[in-house]
Amino acid sequence: MLLADEKVAFLEELRQSVRAVCKAFSDTYWREIDEHQAYPTEFVKALTDAGFLAALIPEEYGGSGLGITEASVILEEINRSGGNSGACHAQMYTMGTILRHGSDNQKRMYLPKIADGSLRLQAFGVTEPNTGTDTTNLKTTAVRQGDHYIVNGQKVFISRTEHSDLMILLVRTTPVEQVTKKSEGLSVLLVDLREAVGNGLEIRPIKTMMNHSTTELFIENLKVPVENLIGEEGKGFRYILDGMNAERILIASECIGDGRWFIERATNYANDRVIFNRPISQNQGIQFPIARAFINIEAADLMRVKAAQLFDEGKSCGAEANMSKLLAADASWEAANVTLQTHGGYGFATEYDIERKFKETRLYQVAPISTNLILSFVGEHVLKMPKSY
Amino acid sequence: MNIFVLVKRTFDTEEKIVVTGGAIQEDGAEFIINPYDEYAIEEAIQVRDAQGGEVTVVTLGGEDAEKQLRTALAMGADKAVLINTEDDLDELDQFSAAYILAEYLKDKEADLILGGNVAIDGGSGQVGPRVAELLGINYVTTITKLEIDGKTVKIVRDVEGDSEVLEAELPLLVTAQQGLNEPRYPSLPGIMKAKKKPLEELELDDLDIDEDDVKAKTTTVEIYLPAQKVAGRVLEGDLSDQVKELVSLLHSEAKVV
Repeated sequence: MLLADEKVAFLEELRQSVRAVCKAFSDTYWREIDEHQAYPTEFVKALTDAGFLAALIPEEYGGSGLGITEASVILEEINRSGGNSGACHAQMYTMGTILRHGSDNQKRMYLPKIADGSLRLQAFGVTEPNTGTDTTNLKTTAVRQGDHYIVNGQKVFISRTEHSDLMILLVRTTPVEQVTKKSEGLSVLLVDLREAVGNGLEIRPIKTMMNHSTTELFIENLKVPVENLIGEEGKGFRYILDGMNAERILIASECIGDGRWFIERATNYANDRVIFNRPISQNQGIQFPIARAFINIEAADLMRVKAAQLFDEGKSCGAEANMSKLLAADASWEAANVTLQTHGGYGFATEYDIERKFKETRLYQVAPISTNLILSFVGEHVLKMPKSY
Repeated sequence: MNIFVLVKRTFDTEEKIVVTGGAIQEDGAEFIINPYDEYAIEEAIQVRDAQGGEVTVVTLGGEDAEKQLRTALAMGADKAVLINTEDDLDELDQFSAAYILAEYLKDKEADLILGGNVAIDGGSGQVGPRVAELLGINYVTTITKLEIDGKTVKIVRDVEGDSEVLEAELPLLVTAQQGLNEPRYPSLPGIMKAKKKPLEELELDDLDIDEDDVKAKTTTVEIYLPAQKVAGRVLEGDLSDQVKELVSLLHSEAKVV
């Protein structure tokens, strides 16, 4: 499945342009951000100002109206440059819930501001401490009282809430015992974090292995206006699932970007590092693992392109999107490991940046979906074997 | 204000360049807009935004140069012109380039023409001034500041590290030096808009140019990469012996004293 020539040329132009923005943010920049567990505000601003985070927003709302293929190339190039898309990728696609299921009024009110960056919607509150991927069992509730919902509950590993103005929040509006299917009775609320914090919402940062600005949320009698309900009450689970395929493909792309960065670093280092009077790249023990990791990244890329094309054509792509995520996450992790091994002791030194990217790419084995759940999805839905959990 | 920018597609000198058989290998090489021309494009866009008017970017070369023109359009230029010499001319030199560009520009009533101070490949710095000469307009090279007030243009130019302040009148041709501005990179909306902007392709015939009239007046005899730097030598022993050895080496080996 080859892309048309014109599209290939456009994607190449897109890559060059993202690279031009990323070039101003050196290894040193990302290293310092990582060291201080800081948020890359300047980088996100540069990317926003250049319009890249508005790629998926239709032109009528101030974006560029591009597809997942283009968006995936943008995120790939950020990670390819040594940066970390995780800081801002959600600003690109979280708005999809409003775009697909929001009212005209909500779209007009929020999308143009999300497009120009004046409003940040990059927090997505689904995961809870005791339910995790068992989403339909979530415990956060919203009870309608007049013009408001009163929300109570707890969320965990919700990223970027401290760097977001709005948050998509999944809550149960009908108790589980009153619905016929567990997937019913969940609703999506748009929470204005600027008003909510201190008024029923408490955000606590979670320090993690890598710099990811993730947090824990404590929600107690938080009032959310009824007009902030997205779509219909009780249908929220389906709305959330709708965004999953896009997210899988985009995360796969970030892994591919990471993988390419690793391979470049490993190759350069192996060629430059001379031990016993020859470059270590001349040793098959060094050369072959790098070559194998490279091959796996290229293969994952093909699945990513296939999934993205299906998505953009409006065709079903659940299997491909999930498979591309698994292949890409495995390939980037393999490349990370190989690169660390190639660098020997230096790989552990922060100034080589390998350990930073190593930690970052490890996340994708677990988030936003664990590799095991992709295997169970493919086993059950593609291969028609029994549900394994 | 009718503004033209002369743009050249060049090798990215940050990438590795391979020379075989007296020619630079194009396969695998990266191509960019000559960085000095990027200053010219940026300045043209800023002048247009302040004064109104239109920016047209012009280049000479083959179809591959369309990519660089598209980038200039994505940065904010309004129109692009590719004078395609691929079929007519095997080689261009500064004379041919200036002649063709001047023929194109002569009836365009340009108020301001900008170019890079030099191209990072050939590095002659001749084309801009020669075009101005052929058009019979003034030119100022290596500019680092440009202020336009009506017909009067106030310019600061770099003179080997010092600054010279000049005043000139439109129409004018200037060539850009590093420091003139900070060229923007194309934004995503810019790239999208560029798809719809006009890119005109012309051949020598369209400009009524006979290819014999623009034959290169120079020939390139040889192209080679700079000699590889060899490791330095560290002298050893007593300081006075080292000085003696150094003087002797400067005399006998380096032949500089």
